[in-house]
Parts: sequence; structure tokens; C-alpha cells
Amino acid sequence: MHFRIYRYDPDKDAKPYMQDYQLQLEPTDRMLLDALIRIKADDDTLALRRSCREGVCGSDAMNINGKNGLACITRLADLKEPVELRPLPGLPVIRDLIVDMSQFFKQYHSVKPYLVNNEPPPEKERLQSPAERAELDGLYECILCACCSTACPSFWWNPDKFVGPAGLLQAYRFLADTRDQSTSERLDNLEDPYRLFRCHSIMNCVDVCPKGLNPTRAIGRIKELLVRRAV
Amino acid sequence: MNIPKRQFDAVIVGAGGAGMRAALQLSEAGFKVAVLSKVFPTRSHTVAAQGGIGAALGNMGEDSWLWHMYDTIKGSDYLGDQDSIEFLCRMAPEAVYELEHYGMPFDRNADGTVYQRPFGGHMQNFGAGPPVQRSCCAADRTGHAMLHTLYQRNVRANTHFLVEWMALDLIRDASGQVLGVTALEMETGEMYVLHARATLFATGGAGRVYAASTNAFINTGDGLGMAARAGLPLEDMEFWQFHPTGVAGAGVLITEGVRGEGGYLLNKNGERFMERYAPTAKDLASRDVVSRAMATEIKEGRGAGPDADYVLLKLDHLGEELIESKLPGIREIAKKFANVDPVKDPIPVVPTVHYQMGGIPTNYHGEVIAPSGGNPEAIVPGFYAAGECACASVHGANRLGTNSLTDLLVFGKASGNRTIQFLRENPGHKDLPADAADRSLARLARLENQANGESVYAVGNDMRRTMQAHCGVFRFPDMLSEGVAKIKQVAERAGRTGIKDKSKVFNTARVEALELDNLIEVAQASLVSAEARKESRGAHDRADFHQRDDVNWLKHTLWLKDGNRLEYKPVHMKPLTAQTFEPKVRTY
Repeated sequence: MHFRIYRYDPDKDAKPYMQDYQLQLEPTDRMLLDALIRIKADDDTLALRRSCREGVCGSDAMNINGKNGLACITRLADLKEPVELRPLPGLPVIRDLIVDMSQFFKQYHSVKPYLVNNEPPPEKERLQSPAERAELDGLYECILCACCSTACPSFWWNPDKFVGPAGLLQAYRFLADTRDQSTSERLDNLEDPYRLFRCHSIMNCVDVCPKGLNPTRAIGRIKELLVRRAV
Repeated sequence: MNIPKRQFDAVIVGAGGAGMRAALQLSEAGFKVAVLSKVFPTRSHTVAAQGGIGAALGNMGEDSWLWHMYDTIKGSDYLGDQDSIEFLCRMAPEAVYELEHYGMPFDRNADGTVYQRPFGGHMQNFGAGPPVQRSCCAADRTGHAMLHTLYQRNVRANTHFLVEWMALDLIRDASGQVLGVTALEMETGEMYVLHARATLFATGGAGRVYAASTNAFINTGDGLGMAARAGLPLEDMEFWQFHPTGVAGAGVLITEGVRGEGGYLLNKNGERFMERYAPTAKDLASRDVVSRAMATEIKEGRGAGPDADYVLLKLDHLGEELIESKLPGIREIAKKFANVDPVKDPIPVVPTVHYQMGGIPTNYHGEVIAPSGGNPEAIVPGFYAAGECACASVHGANRLGTNSLTDLLVFGKASGNRTIQFLRENPGHKDLPADAADRSLARLARLENQANGESVYAVGNDMRRTMQAHCGVFRFPDMLSEGVAKIKQVAERAGRTGIKDKSKVFNTARVEALELDNLIEVAQASLVSAEARKESRGAHDRADFHQRDDVNWLKHTLWLKDGNRLEYKPVHMKPLTAQTFEPKVRTY
């Protein structure tokens, strides 16, 4: 199988280039990550992040034939050759397929992604009905891989000002939690021409999310909450 | 050589469940703590845990921590320390409630309480049954939900993380006190000395020592390697848990929660074979029992598939609605990695290495202990360990499902608290020894200068194949002694590896070579310990000594790198407040 992989090592390369690799696939090579591990066994200079190899840790997000995804759950059989692999778009490249995710996490942290409840906790659990808990489905499962935010044109233009789909999905995860008491502060924090309203419902985020989540819908819900608060 | 130094009150190595739970104690108490992690914290392997957290909340029916304690001791095949196990089970409910207060999205019952599912080896009435619903879960993504919740709480507490840093070696002074670690900042390739008044290891397991493993690539036993090189023992390393249900061929985990929710195993004849091996608990017997039964079915020709090399996990009878609400992640994994939709077809599964019961010896406070001056359990000052890298020992010879996450929460917190106490009693940093960085510098220099070294992959593959073939579900005397000799050779080769990548920037080849140094210590410890233990207990099953032998072997193994030798120490049979549970015949 033919791969073309983005290479850049600031320690020795003046500029990035694409490197071709040919790999004879084995029957055990099912996913793109399997192939990358074998390529790396031959050429240990290829740098990428990987860990769980089952789509739950979010390490191996990359741009695969023009679309963001996780290498470990992308089937080789589904890929057109040459398989072109690039780092996630819009973030500074550290080396090869490894990007600097500081800006992405900064935006995630900016939504105060933790439960706020200032009442003294009860002796046992806080109660929540199954229906209330179901409001968190489709939100809490985010793995922070950054496929969505780095596929979003609004995030490309304003990564310092627009929270981006991943951060906003988590903002809504806490707005939707009946145990959280910080709704109005959370909304204040987002009511801004850039932080929330740079989302133009392009829906690239939904298209690329490897977990099948829908940040656009969550963003819509936040906008609804803001409207309801205003009237 | 001028190595940059940084000072902290405490350094925690590892940002999984145990490390982040410990970090919360320290951060919220106002200490200057640094948490090192090879990966961004939410990428730690806790994220992959699926089925739940064991705690006797009694939300689904009657339960008690004493029953949980009994099940854990029986599950451990009586090798677990009963004081530590009492502590684990008594503290478990509080640990779960705290996590809920932090925002953990647990599944719920109609009355609003946390939903709990059945799990292997968890019973009512001191093992008499019926199965008890004790596993607190968030669908089949409990580890993910827990790890993110703990990270979020640490964001709130302003915990200082050193992300994509790899600890290299433990720093001990002449008295044996631990004074921090050396560490590599992966992005820059810079090495640092992290000078700390207290050091806590939460580095996770080393499941990548085997060829087929449910574990993430990062699970390379870094804490164990560092401890071993610093002259500390590793405890009970012969005990490796094979999880019954890894996806055949891929190794990816399918939670025991599938069987908890009513799934069961079939051989090629469509027979529910666990009824023969464990008449009472059936598919919910403990993992060592189920894995051995599966391996026996396959060995005796009753495996399914064209090569008769796996068994089938059937859950279609649970219905699409239950599978979608309680086991959605499993459905996703089965479709992706086994090409089956479990709503219609069974999943091909094989026993797959999953968990390391042994580790760095600690007491139930999370203090690291080692033999010294005639005391088999002398405290190593300034050094703590929690989670899979530690051996408290709550899992003994076989861990019960759900107890790993409980372990992270309970001992993460306990070790954090003990660290705080030590920091309060021992103000001020002790001076670093002059040779603090020497071992790490030598390791890095060797890699830098090694010409024509053997590839890290080739040596690693031989290590993994040796462990797989010689230290598996069933163990044979000749294979064990051959394995000991083979792994010794592989270890020598590991000292001569070479890498082509010499870049300073994010050099993953260097990281993998350094990881192999740690894995190889684990492999040696495991094979040497396994070869020496002449009995069958829990996950250690020998063809030549088929019975448990409490007269000669009711004791913990300690492996020491120096001399590749073993010592033993007694099992703590006395709980903190409960009555001792005396060893008896173990059936399910």
C-alpha cells in the first residue's frame, strides 16, 4: 500500500515535505495505525502520537486523505491510495504528525469544564433521574482528540477567540447537568461575538467526529439558552 | 554537566486515575505539586476501563463492604493482604460518592441513585450468592467518564501538569530516601532533575510486556523499571490477569459488563460451557477461572472459527435497546474490530493479558515498603505508589473486575493524604546527591552513541513473544525455565539497542527505547517469579503443581534486579477491624 506522509523535523528540515512509503500489508493490518506502527518499525524517525489503539484516548488524530480522523479506527480497506497523511490542520506543527495542541486545550479550559455546585455535598450521591442523566449523552463521551475544532474554518481564523466545537460541546455538557449551579456565569462567559457566535453551522465538526457526536446541535442549544434568558 | 533543576513539594508520576486522585488531595491542600505524564492526562489508560467501579452502595439490593471484602479475598485466592482489602472495600462507597460530587456522569436508577450492574465474582452473603449488583458505571465508558471527571476537578484545583514528560529514573540519597526523579521533556528533548520532598508513582501497568494485550501502547511499566533500577523490589510479578474477553486477533477489551448484563460464552457446539466449570456463578465466575475454562475449551478442540481458536460471546438476546443504552461502546468496538454487530451475532473472543496484579510493594497508606535491616516492610522515606503500578496487595493472585478503578480512587486518595502528612512533618528539601542524574545521563548517552545497535522493535518483539509463550494462562515447568534463560538473553540485547532518530524534538524512537528498559525489568521479574512459585494460585496455573499450597506458598514474592533474585514475605492475614477470612477451597 502506498502512503504519502507529511514530514517535518525542525531540528534538521528547512521546510516540510511529503515522504512516500510502500508497505506490504499483512493480514493483521486492519487499521491505519497498524500500518503506521509497521512503517515506524522500519523508519523510527517518523513521529506520531498513539496510545489506546481503540478510539477512546484521542491521541492519534490526523488528517487522512483530506479528512480529520483517528488512525486507530480508520480501516485501511476504506482508504484510497496513495493514503495522504498530514497533521491536524490549523495548529502549529511540532514535528511530523504531531501538532501543538495548547490553543485547543486553552479553549477547552476557558469554559470552566468542571461541575460547579457550591452547596455542601450530601452524605451519599446527588440524585439525578435517568431522564436528567440522559441529557448528558452525546456530550460527555468527547475524547478531546481535536478532530472537530481543527476541521472548523471559524476555529482556523480565530483559534484565540472562538472556543471551537470541542470546547462548546463541553460547555453545554455542564449547562445540561442538573447538578450544576453555574448556568448564568457559564452563559455570561459565552455571550460574546467570538467565543460562541463565530459558529456558522458549517457542521464540519459533526462530519469528522470519530465518536459520532454533534457539537453543532450543542452550540444551537447554548444559543437557545441565551435567547430564552434574554426574553 | 549542568542539568536544569526544578523544585516541587511533591512530584507525581502518571496522570491516570490514581495520579489525578492523589494530585487533587495535594493541590486542594495548597501544596506545590507537579504531575508528569507521557500523554495528555485524559489519554491515560484509565480512559479505556469500561465496566464499572466496585463499591457496596447497596443501591440495587442488600450489600455490605464485608461481602465485598470476602469476594475480593476469595478472588485474590487468599494472597491479598487483608488489611489493605478491608481498607479498599470500606472506603469504596465514599470514593464513589466523592467522584459523583465531582460531576461523574454515572448511570442512574429511577429513584435517582447510581445504577450498579453485576460483575464477575461479586456475590451476596459471603460468596453464597446470588450475584450482587455492585459495579457503579457510566454505560460501558466508566473509565473514560472517571478520568475526564478527575481531570476536570484538577483543572478546578489548578493542578500543575507537565504534559508529555517521561520520568527516567528515581533519585535516592545514600540513606535510601527518595528525592524526586529525572525526567525528559519530550517536545524539546531536554532532561531535567525534578527535586521533590515526596515522590508518588502512579505509572500504571506493564501489559505491553506481552504480544497480545488489551493495554495501551503507553503501558510500559515505567514506574516498575525505575523502582527496580533504584534497588527496590517488585512484588508478586508472576500474577498476570488474562481478561476472558479480548477481541480475537485485535486484543481490544470487551467488558465483563457484557456478561454482567446477561451475555454468556459459547463453544463451537453452541454449549454454554461455563456451566460445567462454575456451576453457581457460571459466566460471572472470577476472571482467572473463566479464562482457564476458555483456554481449556480451545485446547480440547471446542473453539469456534475456522482455526477453532476462539470462543463466542453471545449477547444478541439482550436486545438492541439494552445494548444501545448499557453497552454502546462494545457495539462500536465489535463492529470496528471484529466485523460483527453484537445485536445480531456473537463476538469472537480469547483470553488476553489485561492487568498486572503485582507491582511496587506498598502498605495500605500507599507508602512504598522494602526489606531493610531484617524488617521485610521498612518504609522507603519520601516514596509512595498507587494504582496498577503498586502492590498493596489488594488483588493478590487474581483481581476482581471493577476493583481496579476502586483501587485508583481509594489508594490515590490515601497515598495523597499520606504524602501530605509526610510533607508537613518534613519541611525543606534534602540535598540532592551528586550523582542524582548519572544513571539517566548514561542511558541517554548510550542511546545517542550506540552505533549499529539492534532495533528496539526486534528486541521488544522477542520479549513480547517470550512472555506470551512462556508465561501464559497455563504454565509448564520446562517452558518456565526456558523462558527465564531466554528473557535473560533478551535483556542483554535490550542493553545494546540503537535508534536512527537522533533529533532533539519529540523523539518517539528514544522514548520507546527508554520504555523497553522498563518493560524488560518487568519481563524478567515475571518469569523468574513464576518459575520459582511451585503451586497454582489465582492467575498462576502450573501443570506440575496443580493445587494451591498454603503450607509453603501463602507468601508474597519479592524480585530484586540486583542478582535477579527472589525473597518472600508473609501475607497480612489480619484485617484492620474485621475477622480474618481463612483460606478455603475456592469454587464458583
